[in-house]
This record gives sequence, structure tokens and C-alpha cells, in this order.
Amino acid sequence: MQKLAQLSQKLNLTQYVVYIGFLLIFVFFAITLGDDGFLTQRNLVNIALQTAPTTIMAIGLVFVLAAGEIDLSFGSIVAVSALASAVVLGEQPLFFGILAGLGVGVAIGFFNGILVAYLRLPSFLVTLATMGLFAGIARTMTDLRSVPVLNSTFTDLFGSGSLFGVPSLVLWTIGAVALGHFVFRETKFGAHVLATGDNPRAAQVSGIKVPRVRMLVMMVCGACAGLAGLLYAGRLQSARYTLGESDLMTVIAAVIIGGTALNGGKGTIIGALVGSLMMGMLNNGLILMGLSVSDQMIVRGLIILIAVAISLRDVNR
Amino acid sequence: MNSQTVDVPQDVLRLENIHKSFGGVVAIEDFSLDLKAGEIVALVGDNGAGKSTLIKIISGVYTPTTGTISFDGDEVNFKDATQARASGIEVVYQDLALADEQAVYMNMFLGREQTRGPLFQLDRKKMIAETEQLVEDLDVRIPSARTTIRNLSGGQRQGVAIARATHWAKKLVLLDEPTAALGVAETAKVEKLVASLKERDLAVLIISHSLDQVFRLSDRICVLRRGQQIGIRETVKTDKNEIVSMITGV
Ligand SMILES: Nc1ncnc2c1ncn2[C@@H]1O[C@H](COP(=O)(O)OP(=O)(O)OP(=O)(O)O)[C@@H](O)[C@H]1O
Ligand SMILES: [Mg+2]
Repeated sequence: MQKLAQLSQKLNLTQYVVYIGFLLIFVFFAITLGDDGFLTQRNLVNIALQTAPTTIMAIGLVFVLAAGEIDLSFGSIVAVSALASAVVLGEQPLFFGILAGLGVGVAIGFFNGILVAYLRLPSFLVTLATMGLFAGIARTMTDLRSVPVLNSTFTDLFGSGSLFGVPSLVLWTIGAVALGHFVFRETKFGAHVLATGDNPRAAQVSGIKVPRVRMLVMMVCGACAGLAGLLYAGRLQSARYTLGESDLMTVIAAVIIGGTALNGGKGTIIGALVGSLMMGMLNNGLILMGLSVSDQMIVRGLIILIAVAISLRDVNR
Repeated sequence: MNSQTVDVPQDVLRLENIHKSFGGVVAIEDFSLDLKAGEIVALVGDNGAGKSTLIKIISGVYTPTTGTISFDGDEVNFKDATQARASGIEVVYQDLALADEQAVYMNMFLGREQTRGPLFQLDRKKMIAETEQLVEDLDVRIPSARTTIRNLSGGQRQGVAIARATHWAKKLVLLDEPTAALGVAETAKVEKLVASLKERDLAVLIISHSLDQVFRLSDRICVLRRGQQIGIRETVKTDKNEIVSMITGV
């Protein structure tokens, strides 16, 4: 691990690690699994569809991490949002279903944000607690039952539909990445997020409203998790308390490997997208290789460990 | 020094009986000072005397426990650094207050980012061009405006912080040990820059541990010892021995 880190320092690999990792994994699976259907258009499209929710969660997490905070609760937000949306869709028209899902996400983000930004509680502990809190609420909401989503406009819009042959999940991914990238890279808000995560005191004395920035990043993350919940509900045509539950590690890994700093001040949306696609490809390949679930977990854990070790090594630290 | 003129310049800053304590610790005890446009006052005192605390009180980071601050003739009560900044006060903090992972130009425009177009996109081109002009004018030698602060030397970092403060200041510049990390040549450059602020009619309050520097630059010297204001001297009417004994109390 030390040698690997040194090598990566020498070649200044850190900023490209996600692209190199993506290519290496792709080539590896293309060679070893070429005959098992890895390269078929169907499989590749499937990877893109499966990663849509994680990519969107990753976008939200980039904002949070870049601002020097963390959100562990987004997985629970996904479940609560998806359930809220599914329940409302059972009785109300489309618009209210969407509103319920997104609104719940933003509201939980707001709740996290108040505690983190204005009461100055550490976001790690706040969201560790709200992760449990909302996971519990997701379970009680429908007594562990899954809720079917029968509204076909909804399932087209957030699941199986397509526009000019492009699946709607891919369109959502492209749209969210484009918007996220624009806001993060091109606006004052993005600059303030980075400054806040980098040196909050410097940001504060420079006139940046640091608490407001912290509040907003938690809300952005909640909104992204809410949208991810809608995409899960749309694709699976049902909502269940388990949605998003197992995405925590995948999303954090995607974002960190993508080049966002765990301690703030640095982030990239495009890197997070590629990181998320890489994680999706990894999951897909390991399944096609016929590994058992436990072996998949072990291999995935090891690969994440290597990638994170390389990403976190910085030339000047 | 010439107080005979009819048109006496108005005090930019007036501190009256400022007192500041942190919990039980008294950091500043009964401090008063007037600062005129175009005047450089040096604030000296040993470590922990309360110099940085005083600067932070003026710049709105701390509010005084008691006492009044007048700025441009009006009593002010800055709630935070943003308000002080909006009134034309700029600060070079002892820790420089730079965002290390961001580029030089983003630090130069921290909290003042320029935007363009209907979507209010960051105007990086403009910010980079202005920053390059600025560092060239001030002769701050940095590789480029796009360099990350983390990759600069201590002196270059200090140069960026000073360039930022002097560029944006409208009324008053507060400098907390601005040459602490600088070499001989760089120190000379900063001193020239500080002296030039006089021509822009800015008031300057500078903290320094170098008495040579203080005597080269200042019009008046104000001495603090353990939070107490020992006295204010006109630089031309005092000497190092007197200032040293005021600082140390012997
Ligand atoms: N936020 C704070 N909370 C409690 N005590 C403080 C705080 N800030 C400063 N002090 C105390 O106030 C006193 C003055 O500190 P200050 O930083 O103003 O000194 P200074 O004159 O700038 O010293 P130096 O030359 O070392 O920079 C010190 O005793 C310090 O411990
Ligand atoms: Mg100090």
C-alpha cells in the first residue's frame, strides 16, 4: 500500500485515479467477461440505469463534503422519500407524488442543516443519528410493507420511459450532473462552498455566510437523495424501506475516489459521476463473474480500499 | 504633525475606553485611540499583550465588552467582519485567512467573486486578469494567479494576503504582523507598499515586533502591555529605548 501510494505520488496519479481506475476495471472485465455478456449493449445500458440513483446521491454528497461536512443519512432519506412519494401517488395525482418525495428530502436536509449549521453540532454525529432515526421512520411508515407504484406516468418519468431512445434514468443522470457541475463550478455558491470547507474562518471574515452555506449543502444533499428515491420507486415500480440502505459505502467511495476531499475545500461532480459509474461497473462485473454475495463484498471492499488509498495520498501532505 | 491647518482631517477611527474580556480573562483594558486618514499608527507589545484582539475588535470579529467605536464620525457596532468590510476596513490577519486549496485569484476575490452573463457565472477570466495585474503592480512574485495557495511559500502567501487587503481597502487597513514570514527584500517591498497607502489617504494600524520597522513606517506608536494601554508617542519625538521600556515595564 505504501509503495502504491509512492508510485501514485510520483506520477501525480491522484487527480486521474478515478479515470484510470474506471479504464482498468472496464478493460479487465471486457477481457475476462467478454464472453459472459459484459460488453453487450444491454448490459452496459443496465449499468447506466442502475447507477442513476447513486450518481445523484453522489452529486449531493460532493457539495456536503466540499463544504467540510458529511451526510451519512442520505440512504435513509432515499427510503423515506420513495415511500412518501409512493403513498401519496396511491391517492393523489402525479405532481403531488413528486412533490412529496422531493419535499421530504429537502425537509430532512433542512432538519440536518439546522442542527449542523446553527447549533454547530458535528455533522458526522448529527447524520449518524438521523440516519438511524429516518431508517426507523421508513420502517414504521408502512409497517415494513412495500408500496406499489401504479401511476404509469410516474414510472415512465422516473423509471422505464425514454425520450428519443434515451432512457429517462440516463436523462436524469445527465441533467443532474450538468446542473450540479454548473452550480458547483460556475456559481458564487459553489465558490462559497469550497471556501467554507477549506477555511471557514477565512470564509467568514471574507463576508461569506458560512452557516447559510452549511445549511444549503445539507438541503442540496437531501434534495438529491429525494430525487434518488423517486428514481428507485420509478424503476422498481414500488417503494420499500430497504431502498438506499446499502448505498452508503458505494456513494462515499464513488465521491472520494472521484477526487472530492473528505475534509473539505475540494470537489468534483464529474469525478463523482465517473466514480459512481466505476462502482456500478464493479458491482455488475463481480456478479457476472459468478462470485457469491459475500465474495463480492470482500473484493469490492478491497478495491475501494486501494482506490481510496491512492486518492487520499496527496503530493504535498 | 501639522495641527495648525484649518481643515483638520477627520478621525477615520476613534476608539474610546475599549474593554474586552474573554470569560474571566481581561484581554484589553480601557483602550483609546484616534486614527486619521493618511496616518500610520504602530501597535507594539509583547506576546499576549492584546494586539490581535484589538484588531479583531476593530474589524468586527469580536465585539468589545464595553467602550465605543466610531468610524468616519459615526458610532458603529459591527456585528461581524462583513459589516466592517463593507465600511471599507480591510485586514491582514496574523493567520492570513487564506483558503489553502483554492487558487490565488479566488482568494483575492474571496466573498467578492465577479460574475457575468444572465446565469451569473463566475468570471474567472476577469478575476485572473485583475489578480495578475495586482500582483505585478505589488511585485508579489507568484508563479501564476491560478496557483493553489498551498503551493506558495510563506512569504508569497503573506504577499497575497497583503495584496488583497490593500487592494480592497477604502478607509482603513489593519495589518497584524504583515512581514513576519518575509525575507529582507520582501519586507522592504511591503514597507514601501504600506507607506504608499498614505498617499491613498488610508489610515493604517500595523502590528509589528520589529522596532526598526515601526520607526521606519509609523507616525505614532501605541504601546500595550498585558492588555493595558501604556501610552502613545509621536515617532519623531521618541526613541527605541523609551518604547522598549514601555513594552517591558522596566
Ligand atoms: N478567543 C479568545 N478566548 C480567550 N482568550 C483569548 C482569546 N483571544 C485572545 N485571548 C487572550 O487574550 C490575550 C491577548 O491575546 P492576543 O492574541 O491579542 O495577543 P497578541 O498581542 O496579538 O500576541 P502575539 O504578539 O503573540 O500575537 C492572551 O492572553 C490570549 O490568551
Ligand atoms: Mg497577535
